[in-house]
Amino acid sequence: MTISTDSYSQSPRGWYKRNEIAITPWLFLAPGMAFFAVYVIWPIWQSFGMSLYDWNGLGDIDTNGTYIGLENYNKLFGLNGERADRNFQISLWNNVKWLVLYLLAIPLGLFIALFLNQNVRGIRLYKSLFFFPFVISQVVVGLVFSWFYLPNGGLFSIMTGWFGFQIQGGVLGNPTTATYGIIAAGLWPQTAYCMILYLTGLNAVDPEQVEAARLDGAKGRKMLWYVILPQLKPATFIAFVVTIIGALRSFDLVSVMTGGGPFGSTRVLSFYVFEKSLSERGLQYGYAAAVAVVLFMIMLVFISYFLWAMYKDEKGARS
Amino acid sequence: MFPTPVQKTSPAVRISYQAFLPVALILWLLPLIAVMMFSIRPAADFTAGNFWGWPSSFEGFTNYGRVFFESAMPRYLLNSVLITVPTVIGTVALACMTGFALGVYKFKGNLLIFFMFIAGNFVPFQILMVPVRDLTVDLGLYNTKTGLVLFHIAFQTGFATLFMRNFIRALPFPLIEAARVEGVAEWRIFWYVVLPLMKPAIAAMAVLVFTFIWNDYFWAIVLTQGPESQPVTAGITSFNSQFRAAYHLMSAGSIVAALPPVLMFFLMQKHFIAGLTLGAVK
Amino acid sequence: MRSILKTSFAAFVAAGIAASAMQANAQSLTGTLSIFSDMSDPAPRAVMEDMAARFGEMHPELDVQVTIIDREAYKTQIRNFLSANPPDVANWYAANRMLPYVEAGLFDDVSDIWEGQMSEELASTKGALTVDGAQYGVPYTYYQWGIYYRKDLFEQFGLSEPSTWEEELANCQTLLDNGIKCYAIGTRFLWTAGGWFDYLNMRTNGYDFHARLTNGEESWTSDEVRATFANWRTLIDMGAFIDDHQSLDWQEALPFVVNGQAASYLMGNFVVAPLREAGLTDDQLDFYQFVEITPGIPRGEDAPTDTFHIPSGAQNKEAAREFLRFVVSADNQTLINNGQNLGQLPVNAMSSVDDDKFLQQGFDMLSNRAPGGIAQFFDRDAPAEMAAAGMEGFQEFMVFPDNLDDILERLEATRQDVY
Repeated sequence: MTISTDSYSQSPRGWYKRNEIAITPWLFLAPGMAFFAVYVIWPIWQSFGMSLYDWNGLGDIDTNGTYIGLENYNKLFGLNGERADRNFQISLWNNVKWLVLYLLAIPLGLFIALFLNQNVRGIRLYKSLFFFPFVISQVVVGLVFSWFYLPNGGLFSIMTGWFGFQIQGGVLGNPTTATYGIIAAGLWPQTAYCMILYLTGLNAVDPEQVEAARLDGAKGRKMLWYVILPQLKPATFIAFVVTIIGALRSFDLVSVMTGGGPFGSTRVLSFYVFEKSLSERGLQYGYAAAVAVVLFMIMLVFISYFLWAMYKDEKGARS
Repeated sequence: MFPTPVQKTSPAVRISYQAFLPVALILWLLPLIAVMMFSIRPAADFTAGNFWGWPSSFEGFTNYGRVFFESAMPRYLLNSVLITVPTVIGTVALACMTGFALGVYKFKGNLLIFFMFIAGNFVPFQILMVPVRDLTVDLGLYNTKTGLVLFHIAFQTGFATLFMRNFIRALPFPLIEAARVEGVAEWRIFWYVVLPLMKPAIAAMAVLVFTFIWNDYFWAIVLTQGPESQPVTAGITSFNSQFRAAYHLMSAGSIVAALPPVLMFFLMQKHFIAGLTLGAVK
Repeated sequence: MRSILKTSFAAFVAAGIAASAMQANAQSLTGTLSIFSDMSDPAPRAVMEDMAARFGEMHPELDVQVTIIDREAYKTQIRNFLSANPPDVANWYAANRMLPYVEAGLFDDVSDIWEGQMSEELASTKGALTVDGAQYGVPYTYYQWGIYYRKDLFEQFGLSEPSTWEEELANCQTLLDNGIKCYAIGTRFLWTAGGWFDYLNMRTNGYDFHARLTNGEESWTSDEVRATFANWRTLIDMGAFIDDHQSLDWQEALPFVVNGQAASYLMGNFVVAPLREAGLTDDQLDFYQFVEITPGIPRGEDAPTDTFHIPSGAQNKEAAREFLRFVVSADNQTLINNGQNLGQLPVNAMSSVDDDKFLQQGFDMLSNRAPGGIAQFFDRDAPAEMAAAGMEGFQEFMVFPDNLDDILERLEATRQDVY
């Protein structure tokens, strides 16, 4: 074998053979990248372009649309003498509520994980059942919660009745409570997700360190804060990433539970984009694209942070 | 172990923990239990305002029977299967390849491409919505399962690549080196050396993608309409307009729609959790 | 770009085919006629399929294909298929709802169908299908709006059908005193509140003002509009509407009428079918025209018209035109709108109206007691963006009437933007 290889080594092999290691990764990447480019990268670019047009989505954008530069953005933010779009502000503000309150899933998930991290009979089944809400589609979660919140006869109104108060119009019919009602529904599966991340994390906590800390007299909250949490950092990072993404993707629940109502008070950016373009009374595709671009920019802040954190991680792994 | 195992605590704590577990579980699953109770009631209970009392009769079979035989639900379920399964296969295939390329080879732009996949995976759907819909219409695939499948494969490849690449990274590299020294062609290394080692990752990936796609609602309403191609998540909403205010049927329908991923989860629990918690432990 | 090219090419070919077909034989239609319809509810669906079958029998050489799409999904679908794969005939709605499609050149000018006699027979709906003097479709049905009420409850408390605002309010007060709400309504999907606004505004300020308002020619902060809302507020302050209506859709509000918790419902004639199904007999249920508010103002009415159109990209325009003529023909109109079928009003003046008491009253009202004019409906008369903002404002007003100033300023701002 070796001899024959040697005898061929001088003569030029096929171009592919010579460059096999350099070419192979690109061949393997080609289909995935092609798909990704066509369905993800290029559409983002197109949306940026679309946001510079006044277009009602009918016919072709080049013939039926009008190029208006940054006019759509001026309308959104109320720049250049335009009146700021109140519905956009409501959506943005609701997105902030979502981002902040959704993060509660992390401590809640940790709390339940700590509660369930025991070795008693049947605990595995308990863990599975606690995780259960995450597996259910958000559409079903939304329906389940909207029945839970029904103004007359819904379990929630019965429960608040015990404490002697009723929410006027029902949780979802009252503009001051509706968004919080939807977020609570969203927290349900999200908490389950964080819980499972922490349960796995807790499994991997170094028992020797725990014992050592115990000998040093650490316990309870102190132990959690100084010994356990630092070891759970990877779990916390993932929980943070998926929760932020989940908060900004809050379309399904809003759409199913309130459709943005009552009188538009539960809109979020993702829903507003849909409402302005593909919904029955949409027909403002350019404007919707501008809203989508804003949402993308918000997400980009977080994406950059995630990538930066992962980049640091990669560097660490290599050195 | 943290917190302190209950076995090491006083009997009082132990017993109250054991007693509190089922209570906590019931509280946690309360909204779901409520829906299950709805789904076995007769319609008359709702008009009579008997939402939570003892059902006046047990109508579980009638209600679920109507869901299966008098609505488009079975059709929607079938559509979901026909959308989900090809997506899982396509995604896993593409992601094994991209994961292999990014995990095994050192080349310029490797990390950049990897990050592009990750970033793409986090992008808000709405910025893709109209262009993807137009593209699908132009391809003549609007309102077809194929149109939905193609998009899902493309989008899920981002997430799956992240997963596969990290998994391959963790494989023992000397194996590949050894094969190269033997003169094995690169694609054979992929097929005969790496792929067999990726089985657990493929299983985890498949279960996860299955659940994500089954539960997708947004793209279903953007790219399809009507019972001939819509999956069950979108179907359930039109099902609800058919049986408006018929809470017993709507809840039965919702439970049926939620069941397949639940089954998948209980059958493949280990893989499922392995997939979800990737990276949660270092 | 591609789709546009394809469309115009298709139109070119279709024109060629149509021309040669005309030369050969105007009577025998050949090829395929594809129809996209939104008549997805059981009764309308049967009507559509039956119409296609009868038309097919008249033209044995023609292959008629009907695709029925869910009514809600259709509303967004139409944007795709009109340019991507246009059928030969498509359902839609009249007035402002069709305007964007006409402006984008997606609906064919069908003025030729309207020439001569047809214009007289369809005079009542001609305006709703006309843009810049040309017609872009034909109507196939319309229906009245008004107050459907529980006659037995009215009799129980010695009330009679009101005709003035004072009588309306007095009736309502009596009902409220007896623990019954005056009006059922479910505003979750907003448009039901649009119906109330239409009527209150047309009765307070007249049809012409209302038409100018939905057309963007009047200010939302004007005294006239405020007067309309003041009348509305009178009802809200009395507690005339059922509670929590913002959480209900219109079907979920029906049980209030069926169970006698609310005495009446301002709605389109399609409300009759579910009420009858729920067990109300014609002895219990009756109809009256929305009362006069400002004395002496000619009454206008809402009567939404549903339509057929020929997409510009249609392949078989000759057959499509024939189908449209067939749809509006007097006999077909009598048939499809009768009580066994759509249960609505025929658009052709030569047709006869079903014996159904609600249809008779509605027909009489629209023909003889609506001198002010016929409106389509708020969300068909106003452009989409204005309609969406307006109806959202109406819903908010019904829950928080104190927000009125803020709401009206927002609507005025939207008006400045839209028109």
